Amino acid sequence: MTETDELAQNAPAADSDSALSTQADISGEIAGTSADYERAGRDETQPRLDYAPYRSSLLRHPTKDLHHADPETIELFAPVFGHRDVGAPESDLTIHHTGEPVGERIVVTGRVLDGDGRPVRHQLVEIWQANAAGRYIHKRDQHPAPIDPNFTGVGRTLTDGDGHYTFSTIKPGPYPWKNHYNAWRPAHIHFSLFGTEFTQRMITQMYFPGDPLFALDPIYQAIVDPKARERLVATYDHDVTQHEWATGYHWDIVLTGTHRTPMEEEEVQA
Amino acid sequence: MTLPPTPGQTIGPFYGYALPYPGDSELVPVSDPDAIRLHGTVYDGAGNPVPDALLEIWQADRDGTVARAEGSLERDGWTFTGWGRAAVDGNGHYSFTTVLPGATEPGAAPFFAMTVFARGLLNRLFTRAYPPLDEAALAQDALLQSLPEDRRRTLVATADEQGYRFDVRLQGDDETVFLQFPGA
Ligand SMILES: [Fe+2]
Repeated sequence: MTETDELAQNAPAADSDSALSTQADISGEIAGTSADYERAGRDETQPRLDYAPYRSSLLRHPTKDLHHADPETIELFAPVFGHRDVGAPESDLTIHHTGEPVGERIVVTGRVLDGDGRPVRHQLVEIWQANAAGRYIHKRDQHPAPIDPNFTGVGRTLTDGDGHYTFSTIKPGPYPWKNHYNAWRPAHIHFSLFGTEFTQRMITQMYFPGDPLFALDPIYQAIVDPKARERLVATYDHDVTQHEWATGYHWDIVLTGTHRTPMEEEEVQA
Repeated sequence: MTLPPTPGQTIGPFYGYALPYPGDSELVPVSDPDAIRLHGTVYDGAGNPVPDALLEIWQADRDGTVARAEGSLERDGWTFTGWGRAAVDGNGHYSFTTVLPGATEPGAAPFFAMTVFARGLLNRLFTRAYPPLDEAALAQDALLQSLPEDRRRTLVATADEQGYRFDVRLQGDDETVFLQFPGA
């Protein structure tokens, strides 16, 4: 079943033709929500879960408010990953086949921090992405762009003692999807992150500066605050760029705050 | 210093070749004498199964200790790491092989902390799955006490032949209670 079929089948009656929306329809809805947000004058830092321009969210967002909970014991800790879990070569996505992948070789580096600015040390970072032509190695990716036999597009690493991570990869291409007619995702790398507490777990997407598709993309625009959206855009950094080898991007990630008390903190250190 | 958080985004449809790995959902081997199954189906607001969701659990060991061991991605069959990941199948069904968590403090109601990701879900959701075992502890649990009965039910798993069933409903009348932690 294609994503279009699924949308048509799952969407409420009023939206049963949503797959036929035009970019102008989607852009109009995006603009309407932005204008409402500006008027409301509140600061939102996360994407809306209920964001109709992203059609797949219609039946998949909670309609009741999230329930406030104080994290308890297990939620104040996070799983531990180490060198048994992740090998050093896994942070270089360009070396796992016999030849060099096609595309622009890039280095993406930065730090993982908690909400208080402290580094998240020795923690797992996972990434996945399309190849330079915008194609994923995934059976459901039907985009007729070439698969690169030298690129899988999956990487893992552990942050170092100062929260730094570094990946070597290929700049992913933009790709079409079935949200609406002529829908295209801006180029992005999917990131999966853990903190020092369960409550900090997150998955997000890193984008590249100046992408012309930003304004058109309902997933990116679901973060209705412009400053918050820009936190997902990496910076070109010539100090990361490597002579005659790869261009460099810098992207820091800030997880939500921590909740452990100083005493519980000592127990973790001990 | 407080830094604004980096926003989340949807896991999208194409995580399937990246995040699942061999043994991801087996926190203990099926042969473990304490092994139980924690399983269920993820549903959307129309009551249809969601075939592209990914769930993770994080839990205490059977004696209530919080695991601090590495090795979740390369399981050795002997080390309990407390963490697992399960992609749903084409029918929206997930399944973990694990043990029942013990109480982390005397009298506390043990639970599986769960994270839900899906295509169409713009940010992850947190919830808890409580095994339906210690009625006294469940009655004392601060989170469960703060919920009306029809909402409370959505967080308590049901015993079945193989273990415990815990369905996740993203939307609708029986919508699962999803959690917001302070500062998030
Ligand atoms: Fe993607």
